[in-house]
Amino acid sequence: MIEFTFWDILRNLIFATRWTVLLSAVAFAGGAAVGLAILAARISERRWLRRFGSGYIALFQGTPLLMQLFLMFFGLPMLGFRIEPWTAAALGLTFYASAYLAEIWRGGVEALPRGQWDAGASLGLHRLQELRLVILPQAFAITRPAAVGFLVQLIKSTALTSIIGFEELLRTANAINNATFEPFTVYGLVAVIFFVLCYPLTQYSRMLERKSPAH
Amino acid sequence: MGYGLSFGWLKDAAGAIAHGAAMTVFLIACTTVLGILISILFAAARRSRYGLLRRAVAVYVEVIRNTPFLVQLFFIFFGLPSLGIRLDPIVAAIVAMTLNMAAYTTEIVGAGLDAVPKGQSEAAFALGLKPRQVFVKIILPQALKVIFPALTSQVIIMMLESAVVSQIAVRELAHEADLLQARTFRSFETYFVVTLIYLGLSMALRRLFVAGGRRVLGAGVS
Repeated sequence: MIEFTFWDILRNLIFATRWTVLLSAVAFAGGAAVGLAILAARISERRWLRRFGSGYIALFQGTPLLMQLFLMFFGLPMLGFRIEPWTAAALGLTFYASAYLAEIWRGGVEALPRGQWDAGASLGLHRLQELRLVILPQAFAITRPAAVGFLVQLIKSTALTSIIGFEELLRTANAINNATFEPFTVYGLVAVIFFVLCYPLTQYSRMLERKSPAH
Repeated sequence: MGYGLSFGWLKDAAGAIAHGAAMTVFLIACTTVLGILISILFAAARRSRYGLLRRAVAVYVEVIRNTPFLVQLFFIFFGLPSLGIRLDPIVAAIVAMTLNMAAYTTEIVGAGLDAVPKGQSEAAFALGLKPRQVFVKIILPQALKVIFPALTSQVIIMMLESAVVSQIAVRELAHEADLLQARTFRSFETYFVVTLIYLGLSMALRRLFVAGGRRVLGAGVS
């Protein structure tokens, strides 16, 4: 039996936090990239693409993330991919994030006055150029508080990947708890670490919201 | 690839899945009632004269909103027994879900209370109503009407998040799926079917709320 002092527990947990942070970053970046494609489909001029976009978003927002992760974990091997918890976690959270980010940005695009599109068109811009040069920069700017708010949700969601075996903060905590039988301390510390990660972002999101011209 | 999808197990599993879905519905029903009651109390507390009460509710909201639900659940189920508070898995799940949802709905209810024009309470006081009557009969119904769509979304989000209470062995939908796939070795198909049931539940819940809201709060609720 190995003796764990309080500092051993804390050190191990902080060490495991890097995986939580890395997974959050990868899922947010991947989610932004895929989300952009979903956004393009969602606001496309073609009806079937719009349908696909809204179906995609409804599917990911209407089912539990835990089930999405399980489907990744058990589904990808059937398509012939060698699956590790890390791959399933990163892909699962990427798709999850993409649906939410696409929906947030769509709100931004639709909040813009029609005149922005018309102005772009009158300058002779192609639809893609209009999006890239006129619409999206403004849509991203006005939805930044919501996007940062979603990042907080995403960081919290990484805890679920412990269930499919990804060795992040919570899974490490479970292992430490099994060795020390001090669940109060261990899970209390995990909560504190998540709070330290999330609270500054929550405050940042609030600050952005206060600064936004709508208020 | 020698793997074909197979749904033959579904016939024998239907009972277990229905039982799990019923448990999920039960959990979210308890959570909705308790969570909304608590969030009305907390939203009122946050606007009270007592500074300490206001600050306590603010701290509660921030702590819950900035930590994962799964960690809260483990803390309540595994951590609290060290303080002598030992909860049955179902009770622990309902407590965790209620505390989690109330942190979000407290803010929503609060926003609704702030949205009711001040003239409404002034008019009610002028008619001689007592403070409690003004709150329950005049302010609250108007506030609920404004925030109804946001409350509906929050209940659905909580229902979907309740899948993780399978981790403390509450026999709800996700846990039944875990048990089934361990027996049939049809993991993907099992989770696929259960995911569709969750999708159906979230759509049904939204319809139910819209219909119920129209009935109780009058027209104009979406």
